[in-house]
Amino acid sequence: MKKKFRLQDLDCANCAAKMEDAIKKIPGVHDASVSFMMQKMTIDAEDDRFDAIMEQVKACCAKVEPDCKILM
Amino acid sequence: MTGKQKKMLARIIVTFVWFIGLLIGDKSGAFPWIGQFPAGFIAYLLPYLLIGYDIIWKAARNIRHGQIFDENFLMMIATFGAFGVGEYLEALAVMLFYQVGELFQDHAVSRSRQSIADMMDICPEFANIEQDGQLVQVDPDDVEPGDVILIRAGERIPLDGIVVEGTSMIDTAALTGESVPRKASAGDEVVSGCINGSGMLKVQVTKAFEDSTVSKILELVEDAGSKKAKVENFITHFARYYTPAVTIGAAILAVAPPLILGGGWGEWIQRACIFLVISCPCALVISVPLGFFGGIGAASRIGVLVKGSNFLEAVAEMTTIVFDKTGTLTKGEFKVTQIVAPDGDEERVLRLAAYGESCSDHPIAAPIKAAYGKPVEIGLVEEGEEIFGHGIRAKLEGKTVLVGNRKLMEQMKIPYEACAGTGTVVYVAYDGAFAGAIVISDKIKDGAKDAIRDMKRVGVKQCVMLTGDRKEVAQATARELGLDSVHAELLPADKVDQVEALLKQQPPGERLAFVGDGINDAPVLTRADIGIAMGSMGSDAAIEAADVVLMDDDVQKIAQVVKIARKTLLIVKQNIVFALGVKALVLLLGAFGVANMWEAVFADVGVSVIAILNAMRALKIDRPA
Repeated sequence: MKKKFRLQDLDCANCAAKMEDAIKKIPGVHDASVSFMMQKMTIDAEDDRFDAIMEQVKACCAKVEPDCKILM
Repeated sequence: MTGKQKKMLARIIVTFVWFIGLLIGDKSGAFPWIGQFPAGFIAYLLPYLLIGYDIIWKAARNIRHGQIFDENFLMMIATFGAFGVGEYLEALAVMLFYQVGELFQDHAVSRSRQSIADMMDICPEFANIEQDGQLVQVDPDDVEPGDVILIRAGERIPLDGIVVEGTSMIDTAALTGESVPRKASAGDEVVSGCINGSGMLKVQVTKAFEDSTVSKILELVEDAGSKKAKVENFITHFARYYTPAVTIGAAILAVAPPLILGGGWGEWIQRACIFLVISCPCALVISVPLGFFGGIGAASRIGVLVKGSNFLEAVAEMTTIVFDKTGTLTKGEFKVTQIVAPDGDEERVLRLAAYGESCSDHPIAAPIKAAYGKPVEIGLVEEGEEIFGHGIRAKLEGKTVLVGNRKLMEQMKIPYEACAGTGTVVYVAYDGAFAGAIVISDKIKDGAKDAIRDMKRVGVKQCVMLTGDRKEVAQATARELGLDSVHAELLPADKVDQVEALLKQQPPGERLAFVGDGINDAPVLTRADIGIAMGSMGSDAAIEAADVVLMDDDVQKIAQVVKIARKTLLIVKQNIVFALGVKALVLLLGAFGVANMWEAVFADVGVSVIAILNAMRALKIDRPA
């Protein structure tokens, strides 16, 4: 399943790249992209575990850039 | 400016005034205590904390999260280092300068984000629908196919549909970049995202909002960022190693020379701090994708959708372009292009042919009737008879009329003048004598010739045409357009083979594009390095398979996109060279103790701001001269 999320206060491009990297390493994530320009995140992950994976994604983002919020 | 930016500006102003006060007091000697430890330290520490508290807070928080090498941490270490060696003024100035740079950078990025958003402002906000005799504004999402919506003058067309009532001029500029409005009246299709110019239209919706043209375009553009170009990937990889490498360099610089050479630690720690400030790769990491984004934005402004940065990069390297003939270079509609009348009466030839073909449903009948333009009186024609593979024989006003190919004339023993026109030649005879000939062919698109010339001018080396058409017709078209080579009488599967063969000849680093419009093209579109599809006439399948979509089917736009792509790549390369160059230079100067902290901060945020401003140039379109 592929889903898009809006991001708030994603302030640095390098952080976006780091987030993308970290999210891609979460088990169950097929692909992910974090667009600094669009302030958007696209996650492609396993259907049945999507919510659990999203929790990990959130934790991941909070670690890299604590100010950035994922708008669900 | 956002609230956050305003707050930052206020902090910068207060700190700046404070800083100037201290600077004057220091230099004029009015504050003799300024260089001494507790008093001077505190006088500088207070404004430092005011301007830098968020940096220190973030750095501390990130260290707890295991993110050590981020710019906040580096700035903190660098300025703490300056405080440590007694350079209070420098510590404050650097932090202040850094924050000014950050604010600039933030502002530049949000400005560019805004201008891109404005450009993509094609999303309709509402649809007017009639409910129980009352006109209600609803969300376009809630309208179902089959519903009839009302669009007033000046409103954006919310959904794709067919006009059932009303006539208007439609402004398609937002989608196609074409400034001349298009006329729409009952029966015409209208596309969402365009603006209804003059009259009121009632439109029957044919597609739900999520399938409408607007939704598709927005989706394409938003997804464009996720397909990264080679340069972009290179930069993110580079950034991953750059920061740790420079930080380790800084550590070595701080510790090794004093240990080996002996002497003061302060000097070397200061040099190491310079390294730390420069170690953030932000200028690169921001400006490269921003440049591509601008390029994709500029392309969409002229009505060309590029589905990813990687394709924009490929377009810049395009040297071979392969066209499918029908629908791309030619209009795909057959028309009478030439009438040969030995006695000069072209009208008569056309009339005879139109009457002769009146009872036929052969594909050539329609263009002849269309060219004649007058209604055919059926009563005048008798005994219409189709001679298979030859043509038509009929009686018009009591005399025999023959309309058909060369074979028909030969079979009926009518002496005729062979016509050398390109296309399908239809001979007409009346009452046993040759009357004339009509040439029917697919018309070359307006501007197709200019398009080819423009492409050559921007550096496309080879223009190739593929077609299922007859050889003579194909070659004539190729000659007229100035194409380099042509492959005719191809089946759809042969087109893939031809493209494969061309791809094999391709030198590395050069790219091949295929331009097509039909469903048959989808495999070729996917196979080519760059698949370019016609948007409005093209099939959904072709658009899906394509990498670049021409919204208004104008092949002339291809050359313009090549220019945009080249410019974008040039800007991106400039930014990379500039940013790395300045950083390398300042690192070098810093290591030898020539550069100070100011130059280091410039190498970080200053370079970022310049690179962002440069990247924004990609968004501008150079008008064709």
